[in-house]
Amino acid sequence: MKIHEYQAKAVLASFGVAVPRGGLATTPEEARTVAQGLGGAVWVVKAQVHAGGRGKGGGIKVCKSLDEVRDKAAAVIGMTLVTPQTGEEGRLVRKVYIEEGLAIARELYVAMVMDRETCRIVLMASTEGGMEIEEVAAHQPERIHKEFIDYSVGIQPFHVRNTCAALGLTGVAAKRAAVFLPALYKAFVDKDASLAEINPLVVTADGDLLALDAKVNFDDNALFRHPDIAGLRDTDEEDPLEVRATAHDLNYIKLSGDIGNLVNGAGLAMATMDTIQHFGGSPANFLDVGGSADRERVKAAFEIILSDKPKAILVNIFGGIMKCDVIAEGVVAAARDVGLTVPLVVRLQGTNRDAGREILAKSGLRITPVESMREAAEAVVRASKGG
Amino acid sequence: MSIYVDANTRVLVQGITGGAGSYHARQMVAYGTKVVGGVTPGKGGTKVDEIPVFDSVSQAVKATGADATCIFVPAPFCKDAILEAVDAGVKLIVCITEGVPVLDMLAVKPVVDRAGVRLIGPNCPGLISPSGRCKIGILPASIHQPGHIGVVSRSGTLTYEAVAQLTELGLGQSTAVGIGGDPVAGTGFIEVLQAFQDDPDTEAVVLIGEIGGSAEEKAAAFVKAHMTKPVIAFIAGRTAPPGRRMGHAGAIISGGEGTAESKIKCLNENGIDVAETPADIGATLAKRIGWRK
Repeated sequence: MKIHEYQAKAVLASFGVAVPRGGLATTPEEARTVAQGLGGAVWVVKAQVHAGGRGKGGGIKVCKSLDEVRDKAAAVIGMTLVTPQTGEEGRLVRKVYIEEGLAIARELYVAMVMDRETCRIVLMASTEGGMEIEEVAAHQPERIHKEFIDYSVGIQPFHVRNTCAALGLTGVAAKRAAVFLPALYKAFVDKDASLAEINPLVVTADGDLLALDAKVNFDDNALFRHPDIAGLRDTDEEDPLEVRATAHDLNYIKLSGDIGNLVNGAGLAMATMDTIQHFGGSPANFLDVGGSADRERVKAAFEIILSDKPKAILVNIFGGIMKCDVIAEGVVAAARDVGLTVPLVVRLQGTNRDAGREILAKSGLRITPVESMREAAEAVVRASKGG
Repeated sequence: MSIYVDANTRVLVQGITGGAGSYHARQMVAYGTKVVGGVTPGKGGTKVDEIPVFDSVSQAVKATGADATCIFVPAPFCKDAILEAVDAGVKLIVCITEGVPVLDMLAVKPVVDRAGVRLIGPNCPGLISPSGRCKIGILPASIHQPGHIGVVSRSGTLTYEAVAQLTELGLGQSTAVGIGGDPVAGTGFIEVLQAFQDDPDTEAVVLIGEIGGSAEEKAAAFVKAHMTKPVIAFIAGRTAPPGRRMGHAGAIISGGEGTAESKIKCLNENGIDVAETPADIGATLAKRIGWRK
């Protein structure tokens, strides 16, 4: 799960990670008031959306007067911010975060992420702060320093010393790092984060170390034990159909094509998309109904797919836990309820296959039953092209 | 023969009194698996059909001589369930449950490894040995048939897809193992490939991977360096958009790494034929080993 920068900073600060002072605003006047409360002579107005690269899209403004804060906030709130990570459609900015300006001496990078290969938490650090880390990794991998932290013993002082050496942090800044990095680690493990990225981590003229930006993602599987984090979810930042799907425990991702598909199992769902594309079609979505879906969930899945207005739909089920007759009942119920008009291709295999096929055959609906994956993909691609 | 399990494997079911646990315990028994007991704290002394239920894994092991367990308990309790099974001396743990927090697995894995225990999963369909008539997990038994092909996969339903094609072609299976779709898995491709290489009854292997991580690349290098048996593969997720978690927690392309294209290229470079679509998995293997139905 993703959260906003201002939320990430609040979570990190509660663990003792140093962040600049700031406040949230949803109107220009509120922004001015927040800036006034912060004091100082320089402020930064930052658009709050779940996407990186906000500066490039014009979502981050440095201001030198309170009126400028108000005016820049007025320009940013309500804008559709397009960044390299939002896609062409961009994101509507609903709120801004106002922060005190800092006298920045250096911009660095630190992040923590789980490393699948070593099964450890890796602390990444780079002197190339402010850059996209993927760019640095691709062109200057030697500029990324890594410390591998064993979860059973946690972060050790040597991890911090090594990181400071790699970043060239000495004196006051090194002392600050000895607090900052363990605090970041504690936040990561205590809240089941999947990513905690500080880019840039700034060293101020006084040698202070602060998180100028913060991106924290969380392990969806662990949200059950963090109701506080789960409460930070902002559904405005998600696709409405994806929000609906989550409410029904469906794994759904909207894509740009015109062939809807409903599959059980994530691997088979991906493979079904691949096969549709292989035969010249374009998938409208990824949808895994899960292993234990009942009739109601299948119906919900079907309705979500249909509201994206596909030209044809493919149902591809290989019953293991899932029983084909249950799927068939859900499909028939949904198709009746919505008065299905687009062509529907259905492939049922595995547990209770024959019972499922019989339900479809007796439904009186215009359904093309198929045996194999190849047939399924070919049939649905043909149907999507009006054939 | 087979890997990891055979006709003598004695299996417990943790979470046997739950819906999925009781349903699949019965399915396992129906297949021929020796399900010798179940565990649900607080339900000790009761029975599910003829299967005795115990309060703890250690009681169950003592009473039944079980050497394997199949875990169906809800995700928040899997860490406890796995560690309890390790503590009780169980040597093969199959965790079916989906949604186990990654940090729980980071805590569990070193303990499992130190104890010399084989953990398969979590978030997996389990494994089946058609010749040993032993199934631990949720794979649909009817599509399997005894034979000499090993199957190892990160995806449940894609495993079924592959197995059904093999069976249709008359190519039975020695063992099919679903290692699960989570980023931290108890058992990886390489360990299963090594076991298939060492198993005299396995003649060729089907490997099914997906986007995310670098397990398939590592497996490809292993096959080239250490395997004499033919291996073919399929990789799911050519059309997956970057940065999105495709159902499985581990199936995500991040920072341009873990794409299907790079995995397929790497597999090909290491002499492994990769099926173009999932519909071609069986045919790709048949061609590779010169099999005609």
